[in-house]
Amino acid sequence: MVKDQEFLEKKASYCIGLAKKLGATESSVIVNNSVSETVNFRNKKLDESNRSDDLGISITTYIGKKKSSISSSNLLDDNLNILIEKCVETTKNTPEDEFNSLPDKDLLAKEVKDLNLYDDTYIENEKKIDYLNKLESAASNDKKIINTESSFNQNKSNFILANTEGFCAGYKTSSFTASSVTVAKDEKSMERDYEYSSKCFFKDLEDAEELGKKAADQTTRKLSPKKIGSKKIAIIFDKRIAKGILSTFASTISSSAISRGTSFLKDKVNQKIFSDSINVLDKPDILKGLGSRNFDREGVKTDTLKLVEQGVLKHYLIDTYNGKKLNLKSNGRYGGTSNLYFENGNISFKDLLNSKSKSLYITETIGHGSNIVTGDYSVGATGFLVEKGEFKYPINEITIAGNFKEMFQHITLANDLEFKYATNSPTMMIEGMVVAGK
Amino acid sequence: MNNFFEKSDISRSEAENIVSDTLSKCDDGELYLENTKSETLLLDDNKIKNSSYNSDLGFGFRAISDEIVAYSHSNEISKNSLRQSSENLKSTLKSVKGTYNHEIPKSNKKYYDNINPIEQKSLNEKIKILNEVNNYLRSKDDNIKQVTANFLGEQKSVEIIRSGGESLTDVRPLIRFNVSVMLEKNGRKESGVYGVGGRQSYDFYLKDDNWKSVCDEALRIASVNLESKPAPAGEMKVVLGPGWPAILIHEAVGHGLEGDFNRKKTSAFHNLMGQKVASEGVTIVDDGTIDNRRGSLTIDDEGTPTEKTVLIENGILKNFMQDRLNARLMKTRSTGSGRRENYRHIVLPRMRNTMMLSGNHTQDEMIKAVDKGIFAVSFGGGQVDITSGKFVFNCTEAYEIVNGKIGSPIKGATLIGDGPSSLKEVSMVGNDMMMDPGIGTCGKAGQGVPVGVAQPSILINKMTVGGTKL
Repeated sequence: MVKDQEFLEKKASYCIGLAKKLGATESSVIVNNSVSETVNFRNKKLDESNRSDDLGISITTYIGKKKSSISSSNLLDDNLNILIEKCVETTKNTPEDEFNSLPDKDLLAKEVKDLNLYDDTYIENEKKIDYLNKLESAASNDKKIINTESSFNQNKSNFILANTEGFCAGYKTSSFTASSVTVAKDEKSMERDYEYSSKCFFKDLEDAEELGKKAADQTTRKLSPKKIGSKKIAIIFDKRIAKGILSTFASTISSSAISRGTSFLKDKVNQKIFSDSINVLDKPDILKGLGSRNFDREGVKTDTLKLVEQGVLKHYLIDTYNGKKLNLKSNGRYGGTSNLYFENGNISFKDLLNSKSKSLYITETIGHGSNIVTGDYSVGATGFLVEKGEFKYPINEITIAGNFKEMFQHITLANDLEFKYATNSPTMMIEGMVVAGK
Repeated sequence: MNNFFEKSDISRSEAENIVSDTLSKCDDGELYLENTKSETLLLDDNKIKNSSYNSDLGFGFRAISDEIVAYSHSNEISKNSLRQSSENLKSTLKSVKGTYNHEIPKSNKKYYDNINPIEQKSLNEKIKILNEVNNYLRSKDDNIKQVTANFLGEQKSVEIIRSGGESLTDVRPLIRFNVSVMLEKNGRKESGVYGVGGRQSYDFYLKDDNWKSVCDEALRIASVNLESKPAPAGEMKVVLGPGWPAILIHEAVGHGLEGDFNRKKTSAFHNLMGQKVASEGVTIVDDGTIDNRRGSLTIDDEGTPTEKTVLIENGILKNFMQDRLNARLMKTRSTGSGRRENYRHIVLPRMRNTMMLSGNHTQDEMIKAVDKGIFAVSFGGGQVDITSGKFVFNCTEAYEIVNGKIGSPIKGATLIGDGPSSLKEVSMVGNDMMMDPGIGTCGKAGQGVPVGVAQPSILINKMTVGGTKL
């Protein structure tokens, strides 16, 4: 069982009290516990079971404008005494920084709304095994599938965030995640792909057979890939890749990248950075949302932000420290976005595929090729050649490259948005990028 | 050495009894105890931005029967918690009929000292160096707009208790010092990053102003990039410099030679044992026994002493890297490659220091042999798709080669190749083998572990360069 609020609150107030006694002028503490159970299958047989019970505490102490922090997984009072003493001692010896402080009191969340993030259902291992049996038998129907590895995870977490401004709140969350990775083989090639579903509530989880079938289909269609020549071609990003481009956008507008001057979107608020039709929202109060929350990791209330309106950048993602540095108020984005998404475009998926005589549909990228200082982008890619709206043949061992500054201006979105992850995008087409192949 | 039972309500012998009782009919397994102390000090934007300390304590209890692994971990080393874990393992492995394999090789060799690097330098000394780094760099070049420097120090104590009470221990120091700079000139911004590290004290890297060479290198890379032009797109010859570019080997063949993927036959290499997978003259080893290196280990996380494992000898595939589970199922022995990020994770076969050994060509010969291609000197990271064998790595410092001469610097680009075939395209192996500076972290199944790489300069006949210039 995950630890209750009372236990976490007791630890939190003990730490805050002790920090004060040892000379901290202000402090904040997060105590969390998560209990997670995973069952893994391989080739229709039980392969692994894993249970984890994780406790954690992190404390930040301030002495005026000096700050330091500690974290530990050992919550015994003996250990906490040593660590808090060390933390306060380190704080004393750390140079001042004028922007160090707890959040402004009036920005802290006043109420904790029930966002429906906790499902009390306990899924016994037998039931997990039952789900995986169904999943794997659907995934291995096709003879070309030579290996399946699937997993079912149940996670229950609880936390308390408290600080010396009197803030003390937290709540339970849960997640149920199923995934399947399959390997397919023919005479010419061996390929791997996956499918995944994650929900706050067990009853919302994707049907096991559906999930297994998708994983297998997505894998077998990649067999016998070709390499194409180097050229400029329109690129269509599958939703699971398009969301990554949205995440990169989020990191370029984080207040830390902006205040340090290491983002190509510095000083671009109220300027047009995307094509006209693009809107980006960050909405923290979606019921059962995978990124939903009442407040950020500093306790600051998190409201919905329309980050991009008709292509124009409207907000940065601001935390207390970098906000003070930029002379802006925190908008509750310490630790990043909540439920971030592109609003739907006005063209169907089918029409998007049909919009060019030839295009490249990308289902996977590898490598860490995004540079947020310069906007340069270059990654390895796998996908399909699309001709007249049809998938012609699979493609691999190519790279796709461009610069986000131009890429953002040439985005067309389909109208097929769904909330599968915390960050979501409809299918996305970008024109003007370069493919390097043969 | 850490006494994990000192402040616990369970004695060592009680814990041993629970381990022996739980594992009696299993094929393998152990109780893994870990205590890690780590610190981070970060200077950024002219200020000490972060000083933090972490103390992490916990255990992971593993039982293996045939192919099935049951694992349970917790932060509380207590009677209750260990018993609950034992029950979890037993409920997964209901009808086990194995025989516990007590055999584990022994060695007295140690590849690093039992030190706690965090305690070896005071906070004030470390802050002083970070401030000096900042001042030194900002006074060196007017175009510097941002300097970030950080220290990471760690001491990890582990104990492995096997069925029957056998205990194996290790204390592992690890440090890292990193500098990153951003330059701005005529409205253009570029950055450069460099770092050093290993399993020893900060002093080794920081005495006598050694830190200045780290700063100079980060600044040099950023300065080169300020002058860079768009990288070419397409297949061409590639010369890789010595040292860190060996992440090519790590991605192209390293991961594909890990035992688990080959037991499951999901690696592009699984049916190539004994066959030619690289050009003649290419020898690749994975070595955990080099003193004080980031990827070195006295014992792995199952207690097996590490070794130098020959993976590819003169182009022929010789060995996979194995942990105990995959070795048993493939009827071979562990190569001391069983590693985990920490007690929260199960053991997987992983790389340590992966190295291509020297040949007899010079870098000059290689450059001269290229009409049109690129010379890649410094890299970010890489990634591989084990099954298709396709791998990438991102250059952060590269130059064009035109008619046998090094030309202008080019923008960072991703290079993509095919693991099983790319090392057959190696046409020259240099005589200048070099270790990386000690900064690598390898990710697999959500677990990061410190690793090293090394190689001489090499010439690859054909790779796809992912630039934007057609």
